[in-house]
Amino acid sequence: MSQATLEIRRISGHAGSVPGAGFNREYDVCKLIDTTTCIGCKACEVACLEWNGYTFTETTFNNSYQTMPDTAWNYWNLIRFNEYEHPQHGMMLLMRKDQCMHCEEPGCLVACPADGAIVQYANGIVDFQQANCIGCGYCMTGCPFNIPKFSPTARKVFKCTLCSDRVSQGLEPACIKSCPTGCLHFGTKSDMKDLASARAAQLREHSSFPNAGVYDPAGVGGAHVIYVLHDATNPEAYGGLPSNPRIPWTVQLWKKPLKWLGNFAIVAGALGVFAHYLRFGPKTVKEDEAGAEGGKS
Amino acid sequence: MSSEPYLLPNGRVLRYTFRERLIHWFAGVSYVYLLLTGLAFWSPWLFWLAFVCGGDTVSRELHPWFGVLFTVAVILMYRMWGRDMKETPHDKSWWENIGHYIRNQDELMPSADRFNPGQKLLFWGFFVNGLLLLITGVILWFPQSVPLFLRGLAGIVHAICALLTIGLFIIHVYMGTAMERGAFGSVIRGDVSRAWAAKHHRTWFENIVRDSTSRR
Repeated sequence: MSQATLEIRRISGHAGSVPGAGFNREYDVCKLIDTTTCIGCKACEVACLEWNGYTFTETTFNNSYQTMPDTAWNYWNLIRFNEYEHPQHGMMLLMRKDQCMHCEEPGCLVACPADGAIVQYANGIVDFQQANCIGCGYCMTGCPFNIPKFSPTARKVFKCTLCSDRVSQGLEPACIKSCPTGCLHFGTKSDMKDLASARAAQLREHSSFPNAGVYDPAGVGGAHVIYVLHDATNPEAYGGLPSNPRIPWTVQLWKKPLKWLGNFAIVAGALGVFAHYLRFGPKTVKEDEAGAEGGKS
Repeated sequence: MSSEPYLLPNGRVLRYTFRERLIHWFAGVSYVYLLLTGLAFWSPWLFWLAFVCGGDTVSRELHPWFGVLFTVAVILMYRMWGRDMKETPHDKSWWENIGHYIRNQDELMPSADRFNPGQKLLFWGFFVNGLLLLITGVILWFPQSVPLFLRGLAGIVHAICALLTIGLFIIHVYMGTAMERGAFGSVIRGDVSRAWAAKHHRTWFENIVRDSTSRR
């Protein structure tokens, strides 16, 4: 974002061409989560809380290492722990860092009725502007990943910002900064895709994970958070990652065709009664009809 | 009902009692607030209505509560008018002659009782859609505790039912203010002229006259 505006177009008194001119620079950012090298240390969870100014709340023990059952309005980043019986590798503990996917086609943004409550930056980050949020919760219905969470105290909805504040200053998101194993990467979308594909190929060829692959869901136009999975054919095993997420058809129908049909019907109805009045006028009552006296009609 | 003194001393006819007018406007005011705030959430072009209705977050907070108020109003109207709104075999011929009604050829219309079949349609349209709006509205009110698919479905049904009531509302307001002269006064002051009663609700008027003469 800030990098885009500071790209140099012309230089005074400069001999030769402008450095970098003619290059097609990519501003789309992306977070890559390699679930195969995650150790579940939860440093990213802590970093997220610290950077965004939230304190630890009560955790829930449910016979796993998972901090709590689901992300919360003040807990945007949660590693999901799932036991999985792999055909070749036996029992595996799958660990997936869950947070907003920053979809290219964000269901939350499509569903939102409040002017300016959800924005998508040119770098792909989908950000909630709580000052404009009215707390209706439609975004929660539009999201196929169940990410936006309502705060009963603020009466507004919150989610991961991909540290848009840090990214705008050329820094990487707090979770990336804190990761000790390097399973989290941050860069341009194409670089992260290359890195992810290379890692997936390595897993397929050298680590006998024949189904290893990259999770970058096409149903939402791709995402600005992508995963490397040991088994890309079964994302559901990673704590319910949907295999083909899309904006719910109900929301699509509601927000697109139904809206235009409804607007047309309302305007047509109003014009219709106006036309009726012009053509037929009012129903008036002649006072002598019933031979009754008194009062205007 | 027939024990009310419907023929007023000034020669006019009492169409709606104070209680009826009060409940009608209780429903009317709560519906208009729901309509304006609902339209604000319906279209970005109308989001400014949310600010007219108290502010964007205020509109969102109050819309469901006005829905509760409107439901109460609908229940009161059902208790008050439910009996008069029952469909009768006579209604069929009214609908068959609806073309005459639209063209203001009222002399060709079969006589109507207290409410004509069009008014009955309005009442039951608001009653049924109001019920569906309440159910889907509660789902949209508490999205956290409802499965995703049901929420999306509730959004669609809520919008369709609201659009149907808007259609009824446009016709109702047009007829009550511009088209049927005397109708607006009846729901404000409560009375109509004898001629008005005889023209638009002849069966109802004749029953009133008969009741008052037999009582004498």
